[in-house]
Amino acid sequence: MKNYYDGDIARSPRIARLIEDLYDHLPVIEAERAVILTESYQETEGEPVIIRRGKAFEKICHELPITIRPGELVVGSNTKTARGCQVFPEYSFEWLEAEFDTVEKRSADPFYISDETKEQLHEVYKYWKGKTTSELATSYMAEETLRAMEHNIFTPGNYFYNGIGHFTVKYEEVLESGFEGIIEKAEKELHRLKVSDEDYQKRSSFLKAAIMSCQAAIDYAHRYALLAASEAEKCKDEVRKKELLQIAANCARVPGRPATSFYEACQSFWFVQMLLQTESSGHSISPGRFDQYMYPYYEADMKAGKITREFAQELMDCIWVKLNDLNKCRDAGSAEGFAGYSLFQNLIAGGQDAEGNDVTNDLSFMCIEASMHEQLPAPSLSVRVWNGTPDEFLIKAAKLTRTGIGLPAYYNDEVIIPAMMSRGVSLEDARTYNIIGCVEPQAHGKTDGWHDAAFFNMLRPLELVFSSGFELGEQVGPRTADIAGMKSFDEFYDAYKEQMEYFIGLMVNADNSIDVAHAERCPLPFQSSMIDDCIGRGKSLQEGGAVYNFTGPQGFGIANAADSLYAVKKLVFEDKKLTLEEFKEALDDNFGKGISPQRVEELTARIAEQLGRAGVQAGENEIAVIAKTVRETPVPAEKQEKYDRLLQWIDELPKYGNDIEWLDMFARDVAYTYTKPLEKYRNPRGGQYQAGLYPVSANVPLGAQTGATPDGRLANTPIADGVGPVQGKDVSGPTATANSVARLDHFIASNGTLFNQKFHPSALSGIEGLTKFVSLIRGFFDQKGMHMQFNVVSRETLLDAQAHPENYKTLVVRVAGYSALFTTLSRSLQDDIINRTMQTF
Amino acid sequence: MEKEYLKQTGRIFDIQRFSIHDGPGIRTIVFLKGCALRCKWCCNPESQSYEIQTMIQNGNEKIIGRDVTVEEVMDEVRKDMPHYRRSQGGLTLSGGESLLQPQFASCLLQAAKDLGLNTALESTGFASYETIRDMILPWLDLYLMDIKHVDRAKHKLFTGQSNELILENAKKIAGSGQKLIIRVPVIPTFNDTPSEILEIAQFARSLKGVKQLHLLPYHRLGQDKYDGLGREYTLEHIEPPSNEHMEMLAGVARTTGLHVQVGG
Repeated sequence: MKNYYDGDIARSPRIARLIEDLYDHLPVIEAERAVILTESYQETEGEPVIIRRGKAFEKICHELPITIRPGELVVGSNTKTARGCQVFPEYSFEWLEAEFDTVEKRSADPFYISDETKEQLHEVYKYWKGKTTSELATSYMAEETLRAMEHNIFTPGNYFYNGIGHFTVKYEEVLESGFEGIIEKAEKELHRLKVSDEDYQKRSSFLKAAIMSCQAAIDYAHRYALLAASEAEKCKDEVRKKELLQIAANCARVPGRPATSFYEACQSFWFVQMLLQTESSGHSISPGRFDQYMYPYYEADMKAGKITREFAQELMDCIWVKLNDLNKCRDAGSAEGFAGYSLFQNLIAGGQDAEGNDVTNDLSFMCIEASMHEQLPAPSLSVRVWNGTPDEFLIKAAKLTRTGIGLPAYYNDEVIIPAMMSRGVSLEDARTYNIIGCVEPQAHGKTDGWHDAAFFNMLRPLELVFSSGFELGEQVGPRTADIAGMKSFDEFYDAYKEQMEYFIGLMVNADNSIDVAHAERCPLPFQSSMIDDCIGRGKSLQEGGAVYNFTGPQGFGIANAADSLYAVKKLVFEDKKLTLEEFKEALDDNFGKGISPQRVEELTARIAEQLGRAGVQAGENEIAVIAKTVRETPVPAEKQEKYDRLLQWIDELPKYGNDIEWLDMFARDVAYTYTKPLEKYRNPRGGQYQAGLYPVSANVPLGAQTGATPDGRLANTPIADGVGPVQGKDVSGPTATANSVARLDHFIASNGTLFNQKFHPSALSGIEGLTKFVSLIRGFFDQKGMHMQFNVVSRETLLDAQAHPENYKTLVVRVAGYSALFTTLSRSLQDDIINRTMQTF
Repeated sequence: MEKEYLKQTGRIFDIQRFSIHDGPGIRTIVFLKGCALRCKWCCNPESQSYEIQTMIQNGNEKIIGRDVTVEEVMDEVRKDMPHYRRSQGGLTLSGGESLLQPQFASCLLQAAKDLGLNTALESTGFASYETIRDMILPWLDLYLMDIKHVDRAKHKLFTGQSNELILENAKKIAGSGQKLIIRVPVIPTFNDTPSEILEIAQFARSLKGVKQLHLLPYHRLGQDKYDGLGREYTLEHIEPPSNEHMEMLAGVARTTGLHVQVGG
């Protein structure tokens, strides 16, 4: 029996207008939050940090300018202009000050910043010098960790410079009992404490801060109630006037008190979603199972005849648009890695309840419909797939995929639930999981998952094997055996494993340093009030208040690493076509295909050093001359011939991603060099480390920091995306690629894996095309793949969009775990997307 | 017990996975080498000769054709079992003309049936009916049969063979109760007028049990291969039919009551 409506629902004309208003200007950086925060901090000097955070949040809620955008039905914006962003100096600020004059012109995610804002921020920054989380984190890090980061082995940039984010709160609790209910709960805890308790000071401070924050959220909504009422008074348009009065009534009630209708539930949800992103700058604050916690309100209103399906859809569409109104300015480097102004607010539809029943409902379909109506990057829409998922639901999802916006992403319950349970999550909590950010599974409302804790470049340790851990005049990694003396592939592989394990340890040191810094400087009482069991434990999330605590840094480059290690194994040790030293020379010379800037620097330094040893002091001019010579010296023809022959040999080797079982199993083993050593580490919140396997879009910028690799990849070029094969090396079609990817161990990568496939739109034509597409997903998932997403847009369209960006302002493509506006991506990332093998039916 | 037919050898020139336009579900197509017809528009000219050939592709020499056992082919085919299972897909034999290697084709179909796969044959039916009846039909789920023209002279001119055997076999195959879909490559200057298409459609309609007709628009994607084989491509001047023209022809064909689709 079907218990859902799976038909189409028309789009209200309102939505087009809202979208138009959203994109008619460059996003603006605004200073108000930073100014208010700083004033608050100056007033609370000497108080407990959690209280200071609570008071600062309260002041922000009371004083941040509020605005109702034209035509909105759901209100609450933390910037004056649409898609603007506030600034969060408590995490870091130097980068923005350094970019004041370039942020408007940069290629990835530009922002406008006025001179006045620059001045305001400049003043604010004077206060923050020495007080940020990033400064404290740095001071905690070991010397060798900082060195490894300088050498780009891994980067924890995300949490190093920003809030953590990456969580889903208990929206349902706010909907059901309102913040008044949460305050009551916290007050009860507070009254239970005795002043003589050993942890009274900490617990009571936290609870007071939580209560203060919840009250601040109510106050904030009441400001909107007043604004809506006063705008209604002035409004000449009778229809809009009525809407504004309804908005005023909604904001007077929620999120303070329980929602009594679907409309109120939408407004309540939105205040929570938006205020969480005002409290801290963490991204991937994910709405999660919207179709589940909103359903009771929808169902009751529908039964009572209080709402039409069309109006419910319109409200959801309004929320979808507003999710794109929120924005964040990152430093130029991170902006490349997370290109597309994305906040990764992941919203998931379908799946099971705690007892394992399928709970696909009307709203699950309407979530897809909303993304269909809106055609924008947010929310990052996901769907859960298991054996009990109705085909109609996947067909509906496939129709959205066919539009080419790269949504939704498909997730396999049959892998994710056991993977989570293997990390100690209960069966019930695992069954009701949702996805955070790009691809990371989480037990919502109970977890501090630190899901995006670092990028670990699996190719850099490989490079260091060739130089026994030595690079640019420094011993960066362990002094593994000299390649000249290696007698077997196992020796080489062991050296790789040793390099990997060493740097994984350092990455843990970096993450734990940052973790402690956030707990000490930026605990977040508002967020913590909505995640179990912070109130019960009297502890913020950052100090370990959550039921489940994880740290999930992701390794990337499996395909290149596997192809590279296999090339070494086969060409050097099995076929003996060349020695490791000869291989090293070819890599150092980038196979004769032009020398990388990094290599120029290295060679220049070496020559200068040799000169120095010989008693000649090289000055700046001399070094410039040396660098020029190094850059322009061509590879001798005889060597070039050798390199070309080597590239030819590499090209003829089988590659990961073509359904060659033994090679895929080798890739699986290579992935273990990252996933297994990581598992043994613990974080300061008492939780475990768990690996992810995906680079978001960092495979392009971090590839630019990586030299040539033995798989024939040239220096400074992109690394393979997700767990997919190297770009262009998957020549056996989509089922072959899917089968290969499914051979990796996705269970152990419980922080998520990412598999991108690109299709031509014609591949999904007609109901038959959709059905076959759905069976491809099911076939991949039967083999225990974890995640799958699709770019369905023609190559011609992308090339044209590159040439005429003005015509494609809203062209959305799937980048890596999220969708982004194509024209806002950097040129190199655009090229990478275009060059990915086109899979056609 | 080792199955004897797995040892049977034959000559193929390609195996293409994830095909979705030649039969139900997700399929793997095995292309057998050698054909009795020489259609001027053929997009796989390397399929025509039974001989192993050298073709220049992207400046490199490529050997076309290899002799393989049924077992070797099935090793490749079975890789997509999870996808056949979900989509009710399977194996399609194409060519060339599979019927020119009847023993091999028969063994491939039997092996596929042994794995529980759906089987389809893309063929022009140019063989003795006895061969088709005894060696192919017992293991075949779907026959995708090409009918290129009803007019004998024109057929001979453009394909090198007369169409009597083909039309006769179509009637017999349909008569046997075999599920049969008729496919028409729509080639400008050859068979792309409404009356020609209607004639083919009426013939198809007259076949017992036939309900579907596929009109496959001419394309030039195989043109470079003629150069690669050192052959002349004689249809160079011909433009592919427009979508509107194809829809018009489909409309004409639908007057017979058949279910007509453009494309496979």
